[in-house]
Amino acid sequence: MKTLATYIAINRFGLGPRPEEADAVEKDPKKWIKAQIKRSPETPTSLKAFMPSEEIVRLSGTARAEKKQNKSSRQKIDKLKSSLRENAVRETFARTEHMIATDTPFVERMVMFWSNHFTVSGAGKGNIFYVAPAYEREAIRPHIFGKFEDLLIAVVQHPAMLTYLDNHKSIGPHSRMGINRSFKTGVKSGLNENLAREILELHTLGVNGGYTQADVIEFAKSITGWSHGAIRQNRDYRPMHGRFEFKKNFHEPDSKNILGKKYREKGVKTGEAVLKDLARHPSTARFIATKLARHFIADDPPDRAVTRLAEVFTKTNGDLADVTKALIELDEVWTQAHPKIKTHYELMVSAFRASGRSGFKLKDFSVPLQAFAHVPFQAPSPAGWSDMAPDWIAPESLLRRVEWLRQFAATLPANWNPQKFLDDVIGPVATDETRSWVSRAPSADAALALILSSPEFQRR
Amino acid sequence: MLDRRIFLQGSSAGVLASAFGPGLAFAKAPTDKIFIMIILRGGLDGLSTLVPYSDKDYLNRRPRLAIKNPLKLGGYFGLHPELRGLHNLYQNNELVLIPAISTAYRLRSHFDGQNFLENGAGRPFGASDGWLNRALSGLEGGGQLGLSVGPQIPLILQGGERVRTWAESDLPELSEGFMASLSKIYAEDPIFARALQDAQGAPDPMLPNMGRRRRNTNLLRNANAAARIMATKDGPRIAVIDSLGWDTHKNQNSRLSGLLRQVDESVSALKIALRDYWKDTVIMVVSEFGRTVSENANQGTDHGTGGLCLMAGGAVKGGRVAGDWPGLGKRSLYENRDLRAVNSLESVFKSVLISHLGVTDSHVADHVFPGNKTVPMGGLL
Repeated sequence: MKTLATYIAINRFGLGPRPEEADAVEKDPKKWIKAQIKRSPETPTSLKAFMPSEEIVRLSGTARAEKKQNKSSRQKIDKLKSSLRENAVRETFARTEHMIATDTPFVERMVMFWSNHFTVSGAGKGNIFYVAPAYEREAIRPHIFGKFEDLLIAVVQHPAMLTYLDNHKSIGPHSRMGINRSFKTGVKSGLNENLAREILELHTLGVNGGYTQADVIEFAKSITGWSHGAIRQNRDYRPMHGRFEFKKNFHEPDSKNILGKKYREKGVKTGEAVLKDLARHPSTARFIATKLARHFIADDPPDRAVTRLAEVFTKTNGDLADVTKALIELDEVWTQAHPKIKTHYELMVSAFRASGRSGFKLKDFSVPLQAFAHVPFQAPSPAGWSDMAPDWIAPESLLRRVEWLRQFAATLPANWNPQKFLDDVIGPVATDETRSWVSRAPSADAALALILSSPEFQRR
Repeated sequence: MLDRRIFLQGSSAGVLASAFGPGLAFAKAPTDKIFIMIILRGGLDGLSTLVPYSDKDYLNRRPRLAIKNPLKLGGYFGLHPELRGLHNLYQNNELVLIPAISTAYRLRSHFDGQNFLENGAGRPFGASDGWLNRALSGLEGGGQLGLSVGPQIPLILQGGERVRTWAESDLPELSEGFMASLSKIYAEDPIFARALQDAQGAPDPMLPNMGRRRRNTNLLRNANAAARIMATKDGPRIAVIDSLGWDTHKNQNSRLSGLLRQVDESVSALKIALRDYWKDTVIMVVSEFGRTVSENANQGTDHGTGGLCLMAGGAVKGGRVAGDWPGLGKRSLYENRDLRAVNSLESVFKSVLISHLGVTDSHVADHVFPGNKTVPMGGLL
């Protein structure tokens, strides 16, 4: 690797160099990134064969219903659940292998960015973990360079998100189901605000984006009945399916007032209209621009860059290909070498990429990721993983990273030349101090471990 | 873990001496007062923890979720049935509960609410460091009195004072020589340099083999580790432990039983493991906010305002429910849905800092909670 621009392209916008990757990038780093922006990216071959979420959600719903009705034996249900868990683990593994092998790492970085922006997490919720990798493949991947509103609607109507943030259980107080219930149980409000609130706060406007508690409630009403087909009430004998389903009898009738605009009642179309307006709201443009700039430029992103990205977002009605291209064109991203720190997952992926290795076992990934407490699809909250340095580099987390890198370096070929490795992975930015201590290391694997543990490798 | 400590103490080698700040020497801690804060992230349902079991409004608003068989504390309140250990502490006058409490934050975002709880500046993201870190700067001993348990340092302990840290690890230890080279390579990168230096000073609780049995939860393991690290003459004195999963929008009762049992077991374990230090201990359990008074349709509750704070320990004037209680009647509720937060968490924090830990009034007013006018809540300690 020869130039700073190559280092930046490969690290800030990629997942670290694979052997010889730099040669392809060196000629025109910007072009290398831009060539990866495709309107409708192909699903990676290794992921195509995995079960569609439709099937996962149906199976998981069937298991739940059978358990409730005591129809199946406990063993049979446990077996089904463990096969669903196994399936999700295998897809997470395949996704990681793909990220290590891919020659379009920028695509993967954007997949992770949006997957984190629209977090669904299996932490404490096993049934969400079953479907989370499929959710990323179906709702996130196809839309990362499309229109933001399409991404937003795909996400919000996906059974994974509807279940994760409890919307499948939200009942309009004046819906048929709501009236029935309040009559039978005395519970007055059946509304569950969770999804509506998080869409406003985390997915679109941002917490200071100018909405009120009343907006949350009205928006929640407008998406009542947004559910999926693997939930059947008593005496609903329609066959189960695992796709989005609008349940009219859960839906709150009458018009809704959100952010000062009146939405006339149009069933499922009401919620869609609200989402489209949210997608085009100036607060959303600013919020998405800030998150992108924080991810690719600095924890505290420069205002000029945020403003520029927000402008493009607004002008193009949230065209993510255009916004992404604008990001690459910003001067700010090509000046500082590595102001950001790789997440634990990115660090692991980049170490494996640098090794040029292929053929992995589950243990290769699960040991480090569990030690780092950074397992994909297990984010601690709907806000996803943090994008701030102190949340990745604290005393204990840094030690875990280095302990693993030290162990990993010992698995690299014994005949590798550390000087060449250093030049290949961090050449343009390696400090004199790093070069000097690497050259003084007592063994080749200790030298390789120092290179991998250096800030130049752990940053991007 | 052991190697690292030996490495630190034996760091006479010239290469290393410069790498360590003066704060890392293990001298006798300047205080024996212990403060442990357990943060329940997601919003604890106070009404299922300290249960107003005989209140008609409570029963009406929680037709399916009302806790029916609490451990009674008198004629009005009771504790959740899983809180047997806490109930014993209460009877021993070592537990005080403050209901209807919140920080000054009045909106309902977890992330802003937690940030507000931890930064102490009176608004979300109003400061980039945490108030407990700033409080440490007002104590003799400073950051070395602080202990973060878990892989990340929570915001409340982030900042200028460099606290000690501990987290479980199954990965192999690093050698002395490797760490020495690394500290050179990190010297010019402040984030890495600081984290590495602090990691080398990390305490070693030398935990007995506690195993990873199902009941042996993260919170319990972390509590045990914290107590072992703290209950030594040179140990840290102020610790923060996180607990996740309290956002009970649905199936609240079954989830809370498990979660509250963890808290109960952890506080009980702390009492045993802190031994003689227990008499000087305050354990505080807090959450970013409470939950709606009425249950929702999913046997859960949504984000609310007034929550619950509980304080346990030998230094607590316990055996009572403290603060004001607004009641659950229609007119008492906040925005027609939440328990009104008539008690202030900041005033409880101030009380612990000043009366228990001996931080000066002026340091609290100028640095810890600047701009916050509440007076320290009296009579807790």
